[in-house]
Amino acid sequence: MTTTASTAVSRKPIRWGRVAVHLGCLAALLVMLYPLAWLLATSLKPANEVIASLDLLPSHLEWSNYKTAFEGVNDVSIWRLLGNSLLIAGGAVLGNVISCSLAAYAFARLRFRMRGPLFAFMIATIMLPHHAVLIPQYIIFNKLGLVNTYWPLILPKFLATEAFFVFLIVQFMRGLPRELEEAARIDGCGPFRSFFKVILPLTRPALITTAIFTFIWTWNDFFTQLIYLFDPDKFTLTLALRSFVDASSQSAFGPMFAMSVIALLPIVLFFLAFQRFLVEGMASSGLKG
Amino acid sequence: MTTTQTPAAPPARAAAPTKGRPKRQREGAAWVFLSPWVLGATVLTLLPMVVSLYLSFTDYDLFNPPHWVGLRNYVQMFTEDPRYWRSVMTTLTYVVIAVPLQLALALVVALALKNMRHGKGFYRSAFYAPSLLGASMSIALVWRALFNDGGTVDHLFGNGGWINRPGWSLLAVALLTVWQFGAPMVIFLAGLQQIPAELYEAAAVDGAGKWRQFVSVTVPMLSPVLFFNLVLQTIQAFQVFTPAFAVSAGKGGPADSTLVYTLYLYDRGFVASHMGYASAMAWVLLLVIGAVTAVLFRTSRSWVFYASEGDR
Repeated sequence: MTTTASTAVSRKPIRWGRVAVHLGCLAALLVMLYPLAWLLATSLKPANEVIASLDLLPSHLEWSNYKTAFEGVNDVSIWRLLGNSLLIAGGAVLGNVISCSLAAYAFARLRFRMRGPLFAFMIATIMLPHHAVLIPQYIIFNKLGLVNTYWPLILPKFLATEAFFVFLIVQFMRGLPRELEEAARIDGCGPFRSFFKVILPLTRPALITTAIFTFIWTWNDFFTQLIYLFDPDKFTLTLALRSFVDASSQSAFGPMFAMSVIALLPIVLFFLAFQRFLVEGMASSGLKG
Repeated sequence: MTTTQTPAAPPARAAAPTKGRPKRQREGAAWVFLSPWVLGATVLTLLPMVVSLYLSFTDYDLFNPPHWVGLRNYVQMFTEDPRYWRSVMTTLTYVVIAVPLQLALALVVALALKNMRHGKGFYRSAFYAPSLLGASMSIALVWRALFNDGGTVDHLFGNGGWINRPGWSLLAVALLTVWQFGAPMVIFLAGLQQIPAELYEAAAVDGAGKWRQFVSVTVPMLSPVLFFNLVLQTIQAFQVFTPAFAVSAGKGGPADSTLVYTLYLYDRGFVASHMGYASAMAWVLLLVIGAVTAVLFRTSRSWVFYASEGDR
C-alpha cells in the first residue's frame, strides 16, 4: 500500500482519504471472503482438524474428501446428482427465456385489450409470495401424478410464472428504437417475423441476464425441490447436501464440504464468465422500476 | 434500406387504426405471444390463490376430501397456537435486524466505491459475489459450521456456538442475509452514479460541505432507489427459509428460536399434512406482506423524492 502511495507522490500529493477507503474495502473484503476460504480449506482438511483448530490451512491436503464426495450420497453417484441439477436448471432456463420473452414482446410492443390491467397484474405477481400459491400448485401436480417428477419444477417456467424476468425484458424492449420494427413492417414483416428477426436478436443482453439468473436461482433453489422430490435417485445436489443437515457426526464434514464446493462451482464459473451481465442486470432492474 | 424507408413510417402507422383488419390481426398475434403467460397466470397463480383461500377454511390432509371448518384454522392460529406466534415474532425480529443492517452496509459500501478511481469494478464484483452464492445450501451449511460449537465464531467470542443458543441463533441467520448486501449495493451504486454532478457543484458553490452535500443532494436523489431496495429486501426477508432450515436441521430450534414463518408453514403443511392450516398461514403471510408494502408506499410520499415530479 505504502509503495503505491509513494510512487504516486512524485506526481500528486498522497490522498490519504483514498488510501483509507481502499484499506477499509480490503478489510471488508477479507471478512466477506472468509466463509468462502473456510469452505475451500475445510473441504481439504482431515476429519480431526475441522473443528479442533482455528487454522485456516489444513496440515496436509486430504483429497480423499473429494473422492468420498464423488461416490455420492445414498448410493447415488455425484454425476447423477449433478445431471439432475443440470437438467432442472437447463429446463428452467429454456422455459424462462422462451415464455418470458414472448410475453414481454406483447406487453412492450403490441396493442391488445386490457393491456394496462394485465400489465399491472403481472407486476403485482412479482411481489406475490410463493407460499400463497404453493399448496394448491402442489395439489394440482399431485392430482396429475407429477409429484416426485421434474415437471413441477420445470413446467411453470414455460408458463412465464417468473414475472420478474418478463418485467426485465419488457424494460429492455422498450428501450429499442421503434423505427426498426416500422421498417420491418413496411418490408412486409408481421408481428411474428419482426419478433424473431428484429426484436429477439437485439434483446440478447436481457435474454442472457434472464438465462444466467434463472440458472443460478434454480441451481440454488431448495424449497421447491424439497417438497416435490422424494426418490434419492431424483435428488439434486442441493437435496443431497440436505441429507447432511441431519447428520451431526463430524467425520462427514470433509466430504460434505467437498460436495458443497462442487455444488458451488457452476455458480462461481458462471459468475466469472458473466459478471458484467450479472452486475449490470441487477443494477438496471433496480433503476428502471 | 431501412433508413430510407423510415420517414414513411409515421403516416403508415397513423393510417393503420382506420383499417380494421390488420389491427384485429395484431390483437390476435398479441394473444398468441401472451398465451403461455395467460395460462400460467390463471392456472398457476390466480386459481391457486382462490383455492388456497378456500382451503384455509377447511381441514385437508391431501388424501381425504377437504372438510369445511369455517374460521377454525384462523381461530386456532391466533388464539391457541403459541408456536404460530413464536414464528411470527421470530420472522419480525429477523426482518427488523437483517434488512436495516443489510441496507446500511450496502449504502456505506456504495458510497465508498462511488468516487473510487482504481479498483471500483473489482470491488463491485467481489462484494456482489456472495449475493449469488448465499442462497445455496452449501453456504447455509458453512454458516451452520462457522456458528456451531467449536466453529470460528465460538473461537473468536468464546460464548459457545450461536446456533445452539436461543438468544443468538437468529442473529446467525440474519448475518447470512447481511453477508449478501452486494445486490442492493450494486443498485445503490448505479443510483448514485445517476445523480448529476452539477448538483454537487452547485451545492459546493453555495458553501455546502461533504456532510451537507450528502444530506441535501445524495439522500433525496437516492431516495427512490433506497425505497426500491427497502421494499424488495423486506418482501424477501419475510420469506426466508433455507438458512433457518439448515441451521436448525429443519426443526426451527433451539427452543423455536429460528422457527421462521415459512419454516413453520412447511412444517404444518408438508410434515404434519395440515394443508388447510398451512393455507390459512399462507394467506395471512400474503396479507401481511401486502399491508407492509402498502404502508411502505404510503410513508414513501413523505420521504421519497422523485426528481421528475419536482421539475413539474
